[in-house]
Amino acid sequence: MSEILTFMGMEDQYKKYELFFGPNHPGMHGNFSYIITVEGHTIMKIDPDAGLLHRGFEKLVEQRLWMQNISLIPRICVPEPDINEAIYSIAVEKLMGVQVPERAQYIRTIILEMARIGAFLFGFGGIGGATGLYTASYWTFADRDYLLDLFEWLTGARVYHMFILPGGVRRDIPDGWLEKLLETVDYLQKRLYEYDRLIYNNPLIVKRLEGLGRVTQEDAVKYGITGPNIRATGIKYDTRKAVPYAAYDKIDFEVPVQTAGDGLARAVQKREEFQVSLDIIKKAIHQLPKGSVRAKMPNPLKFRVPKGDVYVKLETAHGEHAYYIVSNGSEKPYRMAVRGGSFTAGLVYAQKALVGMRIEDVALWMATMDICPPDFDR
Amino acid sequence: MNYKKKSLLGPLSSLKYLFQDPITVRYPKEQKKTYPNHEGCSPQYRGQHTNDLEKCVGCSTCMDICPTGAIEMVEFTDVKDKSGATRKRPVIDYGRCCFCGFCVDVCTSSSLSMSREYIHTFITPHDAKPSDIGGMISDDFVRRPDSSFSENPGWNTPDEWSWLSLDRMVMGIIEPTKRKDSFVEMVRGYSKEEAVKEAQRCVACGLCKEACPIHMDIPEYIDAIWKDDIDESVRQIYKTNPLPEVCGRVCTHKCETACSIGLRGDPLAIRWLKRYAVDSLPLEKYKSVLLNNAIKPANKRVAVIGGGPAGLSAAFFLSLMGYKITIFEADEKVGGIMRYGIPAYRLPDSALDKDIDFIKSLGVEIKTNTRVGKEIEFNKIKSEYDAVILSTGFNLGRSTRIPGSQSKGVVQALDFLSDTRDFAAKKKKEVEITENILVIGGGNVAFDCSRSAARLQMMKYGKVNVTQICLETLDIIPADKEEVDESAEEGVVLICGRGPKQVMIDENGKVKGLDHMKCNSVFDENMNFNPKFNEEDKAVCEATMIIEAIGQAPDYSYISDDVKSKMKFERGKIVLDKNNETGAEKIYAAGDIVKGPDIVNAIADGLRSAIALDKNLNK
Repeated sequence: MSEILTFMGMEDQYKKYELFFGPNHPGMHGNFSYIITVEGHTIMKIDPDAGLLHRGFEKLVEQRLWMQNISLIPRICVPEPDINEAIYSIAVEKLMGVQVPERAQYIRTIILEMARIGAFLFGFGGIGGATGLYTASYWTFADRDYLLDLFEWLTGARVYHMFILPGGVRRDIPDGWLEKLLETVDYLQKRLYEYDRLIYNNPLIVKRLEGLGRVTQEDAVKYGITGPNIRATGIKYDTRKAVPYAAYDKIDFEVPVQTAGDGLARAVQKREEFQVSLDIIKKAIHQLPKGSVRAKMPNPLKFRVPKGDVYVKLETAHGEHAYYIVSNGSEKPYRMAVRGGSFTAGLVYAQKALVGMRIEDVALWMATMDICPPDFDR
Repeated sequence: MNYKKKSLLGPLSSLKYLFQDPITVRYPKEQKKTYPNHEGCSPQYRGQHTNDLEKCVGCSTCMDICPTGAIEMVEFTDVKDKSGATRKRPVIDYGRCCFCGFCVDVCTSSSLSMSREYIHTFITPHDAKPSDIGGMISDDFVRRPDSSFSENPGWNTPDEWSWLSLDRMVMGIIEPTKRKDSFVEMVRGYSKEEAVKEAQRCVACGLCKEACPIHMDIPEYIDAIWKDDIDESVRQIYKTNPLPEVCGRVCTHKCETACSIGLRGDPLAIRWLKRYAVDSLPLEKYKSVLLNNAIKPANKRVAVIGGGPAGLSAAFFLSLMGYKITIFEADEKVGGIMRYGIPAYRLPDSALDKDIDFIKSLGVEIKTNTRVGKEIEFNKIKSEYDAVILSTGFNLGRSTRIPGSQSKGVVQALDFLSDTRDFAAKKKKEVEITENILVIGGGNVAFDCSRSAARLQMMKYGKVNVTQICLETLDIIPADKEEVDESAEEGVVLICGRGPKQVMIDENGKVKGLDHMKCNSVFDENMNFNPKFNEEDKAVCEATMIIEAIGQAPDYSYISDDVKSKMKFERGKIVLDKNNETGAEKIYAAGDIVKGPDIVNAIADGLRSAIALDKNLNK
């Protein structure tokens, strides 16, 4: 019997082979890897292989004071770092029962939407890169620079802002910043039509994306797929609406949905949400109230958070990002767990979705699903 | 949007950008146009640090908050010494720094800020060995920020954005109208919530520890209060302070002057926190909390002459060292200036008694109503005991010696305060006062007199008419600021910068006022007390009673001549040698007669003499 198995295995050895699709592949997003078993070009099996990106955030957080962590957590996610500061701050505020001033809520909304736009630009560039249309990534990265300039002006840093704090934000908006932001929003609005011409009305891209990795509504719910990806299947679920935070409950906006659930629907959904984000920023600027931007908080060196646990989720460009924080009443968090936006999609759903696709689809599928490996390999 | 409008030519629209300037710029060749009036990076960019070395106090709060451990405090020799500061300054390892700017947001002295400089270059020397280059580069990353980038300021933190809690927890004080006619303690003390909130403001920099004459472990006991561990807090307090109930109320709080939070906002209420800690622990628990180790008896007897703060301090510490102590006290009760000088509205008897009762419980024998030189001879004590500590303090009043100051209506501060204290303790029915009182002096004792006089007047006549006159102007007045403010609230009129010329007497020999003149300067160029007056600028202040509170003098008459001849005196004080000895065998001295001028210094002196004594007796 064992001889037969060995013989069959030998047969199999020539038919199938394992491909390490990792950081060595230009299509991979970050330091993550899939071990793909292929037959010819067709994927038979996929094993997500995490660990290359692991930086031990969840344990590092336990070693630092509550306020010191603000400088650490944005690094969990590069394209949209601000979301981490916001979740952490909201979680701490919930545990402490702190009321954040309204102006700070609006500033947070503006920052989060700016970060969201930045992440969408990353995403557009990713789709361009995975389809060989490098102009898209050049454009989007250059346009993102304008947002980084504004971040630099407001927060003092370009990528990791460390600006949203428990209690509010670190500084008020500087003079002239809002005008410049409106200018940039108008500029991005104009550029959006250029992206349409370049990407979304481009028959080559549309043909390439159509039907790619179609997600059914049942699968989306079953696998906990969130963000623009679930909305691309036709389910209208948005954390900003479902569990409003910052000033989202005070700003009027409509969440768009697609129905097809395929790669094209996901790409178009992101493009539509880009438009919504621009509108939200404009409305937030228009409604921005006056007042203080930071509630009175205790000395950061003697900062204790009452005993308890809290789960806070926020909408990001790649899904629902959430923290589960446990405090034992001491100066440091007792435990913090991160649920990244693309956690289920990249780690679990990929094992189902990618089977049957071709090798060259992997990078593009990751781009349309907005798989961000730091979400699950922390 | 219509995605059906597909066009293969669409992407060609990008060709129009061929001849446009790129969005990214080649800095510094080209400039970004985003920021108005700023070239390069943004106006509040978080670049390399700037530190005003003169302003920095070396509190190390930046090091404590740094999330990456990039900041180390290093002692520098090129930094000037100044009071309330260390010579340590932050050194930053830019290999670790993440430019979060938290150090700037918590800077207590607002000396640390960030610049818009971010370019760091390292030119490898040609002759460097390849194996050394790594080390050279990492060394080059470690820098001490100074003012070199101050012309290109970036992120800085005004008080508005500081992370520190700058506002002090408000202390409940009985309103002036309610406290004016009673000697009830006016400061209510913190509740638990208030104390914890106040303790939370502490950044544990330890500058207070340096400033305190007895170097109390202030950050430690404040931390214990914050953690609601009263036992530990009292343990930390009693490490160096045997009179915390007293110090928690009337200490001159040098610690609060040095407090680094005070550089931006209100300093921590260290004194009130100490009071909260000791008030919260009942006396019955003191022994179980404080005396964990058995005291090893030294089988030696020490006499302490004078039961004031210095004497009690020496007695406490010597008791812990195992000595058998006897305190000789001339008055009815021990406490000295704390009992017979400081008014009851600042220091009630109950608080003082709690401290003294604990010292007594250590086995200290107290012989009251025993004036040395009268009830018992000095030499007898000297021969009976293994050592003697003199701590008789400055118990005689000092007169202005101006014409008329010997009249009947002119009284000395200590006599007046002692009578007032007896009155408050209901031992005396009345204190002699008049309807119009003038107090001479600008120290805390003078304010004690004027405020006590105001209370007595209020009780007797229903109105206050007290004037206080002092040489110093408000900016150099030696009394605490709160004394000045609170006395004004109670109706005392303060006249600053005037010196007494003569007491005016009417035809019946009674005081009718004070002739005073302008004081041009109080100290000479060597900062010695040497007032200069302008006699032409005269004025008269009417008063029917004058209290002189310009200082006190010592009384050494009880010391035998042979001992006295071996001791050295300077400006009325005993001079100690470098071993804290008086020169006379077996005789030690502490308190006002050695150093002064306040209770906490007396406690420190008591400890010093106890250590010197123990060293000699154990030779």
